[in-house]
Amino acid sequence: MSDTLSADSLKGTARYTWGGDEFLFVEISEAMSLAANFKSNSMATRLGGRALAGVTEICPANASLLVRFDPDLLGAADLESAMREIEVEVDNASHPVLNTRLIEIPVWYDDPYTRETGARFRSGHQRPEGTDLDFAAEVNDLSGADEFIRRHHSSPWLVSMVGFVAGLPFMFQMVPREQQLEVPKYLSPRTDTPPLTVGHGGCFACIYSVRGAGGYQMFGIAAAPIFDPAQSLADFKDFMVFFKPGDIVKFRPVDEVEYKSIKEQVDAGTFVYKQVPVTFDLAEALGDPESYNTKLLENLNDS
Amino acid sequence: MTLEILEPGLSTTVQDRGRFGHYNVGIPQGGSMDQLSAEIVNALVGNTAEEAVLECTYLGPKFRTSAPAVIAVGGAPVEVKVNGATAPQWEAIELAAGDEVSFGFLQGGTRYYVAVRGGIDVPLVLGSRSTYALGALGGYQGRKLAAGDQVPVGDTASGEVLGAIAPELRPAFPAETEIRVLLGLYDHRLTAAGLATLLESTWTLTPVADRTGLRYSGPEVEWKEREQPFGAGSDPSNIVDAGYAVGSIQIPGGKEPIVLHRDAVSGGGYAMVATVISADMDSLARSAPGTKTRFVAVSMEEAVAARSEGKALRRSIWG
Repeated sequence: MSDTLSADSLKGTARYTWGGDEFLFVEISEAMSLAANFKSNSMATRLGGRALAGVTEICPANASLLVRFDPDLLGAADLESAMREIEVEVDNASHPVLNTRLIEIPVWYDDPYTRETGARFRSGHQRPEGTDLDFAAEVNDLSGADEFIRRHHSSPWLVSMVGFVAGLPFMFQMVPREQQLEVPKYLSPRTDTPPLTVGHGGCFACIYSVRGAGGYQMFGIAAAPIFDPAQSLADFKDFMVFFKPGDIVKFRPVDEVEYKSIKEQVDAGTFVYKQVPVTFDLAEALGDPESYNTKLLENLNDS
Repeated sequence: MTLEILEPGLSTTVQDRGRFGHYNVGIPQGGSMDQLSAEIVNALVGNTAEEAVLECTYLGPKFRTSAPAVIAVGGAPVEVKVNGATAPQWEAIELAAGDEVSFGFLQGGTRYYVAVRGGIDVPLVLGSRSTYALGALGGYQGRKLAAGDQVPVGDTASGEVLGAIAPELRPAFPAETEIRVLLGLYDHRLTAAGLATLLESTWTLTPVADRTGLRYSGPEVEWKEREQPFGAGSDPSNIVDAGYAVGSIQIPGGKEPIVLHRDAVSGGGYAMVATVISADMDSLARSAPGTKTRFVAVSMEEAVAARSEGKALRRSIWG
């Protein structure tokens, strides 16, 4: 990718700092990139593998990593030196890959639920006329909402962080930076967002896991749950949160009829996500993103 | 045994020590905001420190017991009433079946805790009974209490009822407070003047204070201007969305610092500049709107020493 940071440029650059006496914060890079996210995720995985006594939470984020520890069991200096060792290991890994999964997420774009909510909060919006999709198309110099939607679902997205609220995925588009869709957040956050809204703020897409406040532009609604505290669907049998950092997402546009059919399957408890195991190769993805993505997405057709 | 909720109060929730290990997917630690007060009331009724209690906010509930019970109320100062007659705070209270418990107005602080011998016996969810209302998870049906709820109480307390706690062990609820912080995270993004403003001003807690965080009013804090990194957002107080340390202080747009507390979102795009030390998270939770607050920078060594002192104090409660 032309101006995207390579893995090499991030060697040994992490910044270590403390969030009080219980949190170590490791900033991989000030800027978002696939390579920074890959490094954060790799460090998190390796730290988990060490099963260090006193480490209580390992939270990889977009371009940083937050580690919670119990200072009664593990001294701050010991944790920092372990993390610095891990950083060197990750930097020196010869051919970094991530064993993950590719998941198809059915989305009803330009749906009436997010349209209605968008209309209710129109007065303070950057573009009071039209919809969030119209605004997103305009700021990305695209012909219109349809073209924006096509660009949104034609490339894969990497889940670069899960959080904010329970189970909400932040997703980073796996295309060169100059092709990435970027849309400013709402000027003032909404007090309401429908659950499963597919949103966008800055360079990140998200899916709102629960109803509530939000500042991302709204483009559509995912048809199936991503957070299921009752664990009623098969995909949630092991855990109530669906997404993990490192997951790769392909949005698939659905119409009203299919949206409602999926909803019925969800209510009947029979819905399962289409997903396949894949190996994500950072060097290949950065080298020739277009053909890499084509090859990656073919995995869904074969399944 | 159950507590029948006659009036729910403003926001009464089931809480325990918290839910750990799932912050990486955005599930907050939750738990009693004022852990020390919750621990003391548990000790008073002979529970372990792990039992769940009711956290009452400003305006408490009114409830009736279905069987004889032992309760204790501690935390923010409030009048406790049993069948309309005043009963003591910070002492075990024996109740008969059908007794009605209610509360007067708060005389300081924000939250008080009701422990019942046997503990509030809602199901464990991800290892905790704490209520995470936004995720409709844990506690009593994943929400704050409502009139008509029948809150179950366990029957397995084995500890001795302590009776009362020494006055010097009871937490204070002052109108002015000093909160110790460790600078770090993104403090280098503040100008020297901005950092001085944070540490040298007296901040006033606004009414925007709940389980997710506390917002303070005071002077504007200056951020360094810069060309923002890719993905970080346009304001100098923005960063590429990152994990939030519990207790961290963010100052969106340089106005009204927010200190995140136990139910805070797990991450976001605002730079944090300091973090309240673990020993002072309870003091923070005891602040009422209007509390004059100074943030005092300490070292990691001082933070760890303060944590040890807090632990020693808690050990002394259990005798």
